[in-house]
Amino acid sequence: MATKILMPALSPTMEEGTLAKWLKKEGDTVSAGDIIAEIETDKATMEFEAVDEGTLGKILVAEGTSGVKVNEPIAVLIEEGEDASAIEEAEAPATGESAETPAPASVPAAAKADEPAAEAPKSNASPDWPEGTPMKTQTVREALRDAMAEEMRRDESVFLMGEEVAEYQGAYKVSQGLLDEFGAKRVIDTPITEHGFAGLGVGAAFGGLRPIVEFMTFNFAMQAIDQIINSAAKTLYMSGGQMGAPMVFRGPNGAAARVAAQHSQDYGAWYAQIPGLKVVQPYSAADAKGLLKSAIRDPNPVIFLENEILYGRSFEVPDLEDFTIPFGKAKIWREGADVTIVSWGIGMSHALEAAEKLAKEGIEAEVIDLRTLRPIDYDTVLASVMKTNRCVTVEEGFPVASLGNHISAVIMERAFDYLDAPVINCTGKDVPMPYAANLEKLALVTSDEVVEAVKKVTYR
Amino acid sequence: MAARKGSASGAKAGANVSADELKSYYRDMLLIRRFEEKAGQLYGMGLIGGFCHLYIGQEAVVVGLEAAAKEGDKRVTSYRDHGHMLACGMDPKGVMAELTGREGGYSKGKGGSMHMFSKEKHFYGGHGIVGAQVPIGAGLAFSDKYKGNDNVTFAYFGDGAANQGQVAETYNMAQLWDLPVVFVIENNQYAMGTSVQRATKSPDFYERGVAYGIQGEEVDGMDVLAVKAAGEKAVAHCRAGKGPYILEIKTYRYRGHSMSDPAKYRTREEVQKIREERDAIEHVRQLLLTGKHASEDELKDIDKEIKGIVNEAADFAKESPEPALEELWTDIYTDVAPQNA
Repeated sequence: MATKILMPALSPTMEEGTLAKWLKKEGDTVSAGDIIAEIETDKATMEFEAVDEGTLGKILVAEGTSGVKVNEPIAVLIEEGEDASAIEEAEAPATGESAETPAPASVPAAAKADEPAAEAPKSNASPDWPEGTPMKTQTVREALRDAMAEEMRRDESVFLMGEEVAEYQGAYKVSQGLLDEFGAKRVIDTPITEHGFAGLGVGAAFGGLRPIVEFMTFNFAMQAIDQIINSAAKTLYMSGGQMGAPMVFRGPNGAAARVAAQHSQDYGAWYAQIPGLKVVQPYSAADAKGLLKSAIRDPNPVIFLENEILYGRSFEVPDLEDFTIPFGKAKIWREGADVTIVSWGIGMSHALEAAEKLAKEGIEAEVIDLRTLRPIDYDTVLASVMKTNRCVTVEEGFPVASLGNHISAVIMERAFDYLDAPVINCTGKDVPMPYAANLEKLALVTSDEVVEAVKKVTYR
Repeated sequence: MAARKGSASGAKAGANVSADELKSYYRDMLLIRRFEEKAGQLYGMGLIGGFCHLYIGQEAVVVGLEAAAKEGDKRVTSYRDHGHMLACGMDPKGVMAELTGREGGYSKGKGGSMHMFSKEKHFYGGHGIVGAQVPIGAGLAFSDKYKGNDNVTFAYFGDGAANQGQVAETYNMAQLWDLPVVFVIENNQYAMGTSVQRATKSPDFYERGVAYGIQGEEVDGMDVLAVKAAGEKAVAHCRAGKGPYILEIKTYRYRGHSMSDPAKYRTREEVQKIREERDAIEHVRQLLLTGKHASEDELKDIDKEIKGIVNEAADFAKESPEPALEELWTDIYTDVAPQNA
């Protein structure tokens, strides 16, 4: 049977093209792979190969014709033994391949599934651990170490890899003692190879293990960010749910002290933007422990942003054999009716310090620790803002496209009528981190700036 | 440390290979070629969108190496992945339907040509970032070593990816930790439009492991038996706990880098010459006929069978519906702990 040769799509964006030149003429024999024409697409001039063999029976579109639509018949190919009558048959309408192309389904008007619920947002005020639980004092560093040790005891497939995590006992001593307890098979020193070992960790997770990949700091994870985002975060989706990367990327994030521009960035907002990742940025030792244990158990890739300055701070941690803190649940550290301060990570130190100062001046701030940046507990923030009518956000990261910007936008969308003042975002300054002590101080967000912002939104 | 030029030994035509095996290689290579030709056709009809990288010309690489693999072995590759999936036994219907972006595709239409996976066949993608699959492959091998089994991972990449930094990083770690991974460099001589000679002054990629202590060798990728023999040697090395192995397999891609590549960086004659003189499928065909392992009629029957499979795959890929609109919001996160693969 004669077949129609159709105008081919020769680039991802091509809808029509120019039939620049016929390289075969009517009556020529064609074998598969022969170039029969040159076609100009929106990008380039392409050679068009025959896919079938036969004789070029009739050219339907003359060379030099522009605006030839993709899938329009441009010639008829007849098989051995066929004559011209076959051409007419092929030209007859209603047999075209175009009918094989299914009509695209219509897009629903409301495509988004998570439209704001009509009911008022409520914060989840359930306690993180039962009342009366005995507490012990621990540094964030110890809490993180205990979290890893407990989870490694619980699950053989959990292992820790990173630079200096084993024999050196951790560049910041977070993994102290783990090599002794779990051995070199499960606590693995890597060469200085962030991109490589992050990718290797992703492969190990695909292979059924539960890697904890430690970055000496998240500043170095920029070398590995392709593996984190393109390989770890997106595979579950790209595989239609068949496989993903159950793993944790953790390490200190943000400014330490006097380490200058390349070692001082806060990546919270970067990772929080990525669907497929979960992002945690704890402040207290109890949260660090409960959230890291959740992160290790989570079947998705988790970014766990620690802070070098917080490592040595002590907090009360529940003295329980096993406790976890769920993602997406903010913690209200301090209740107040005058203003809502939203922060996370080390920003919480400034928020709480500012709240103390403000209390002395008779302003009662409600201080919320988001704890996880993806998912975000919007309801706790919104419920608070509906009560206080004012909000200030505090973070160490850069101001442009900050999480504060995002939270402000959500408040505007969902609680606009409750606001008595614009939301103010307190952030790090819009400069690379300077080294000089006085300039570094200026570049960082401070509790005084938070106090000032609160006074502005409360018109004091 | 040894890095050897030239094909692996024992790869003489027909040596230690049964007629049935030869026929199965012929069949598997032909399936890939016909499948890819059909994919090119469907692309031309606008049924396949975006990027589509065809494997035509390179068929002997994956078919030869799959002949050296056993159940449990893993494989991971780049975006030129259709051949790898067919060679490891994935269903042509599911692969083609993924190309057309349909519900019946391996990724429910959400991955496309470059992103397919199969837990069942131990195929770990389908990766679109040049070189990213190399450390992932080492990680898969790490997981097997950790679990204490003797599985091997094949990490496939091209001559373009061979220049990526993460490949060097991975060589270092794989040898440091004796990971059972075969690094398969499919050297098709062009990284998109840049020839090997224009990208490096160290064009013998099999030698690059020497700096890390990894053995490597060059293999004729147009000879499926040479590929199989080299694969068996590499796999034996890995299974014996001796660490990784590099195979640089010299091959050739007949088509453009992707469907939208006008291929002006090489001459038509160059492609034609290799097609005529070095074609891997024709090579096996000749072995079968001259060795009297198969008759013309038998081979015709195979051709016919393959044509049927490919047409069936194309029909399925056209008829399978587009994914339900709710699928936009699924598979971003999972609540299910993955089973150990």
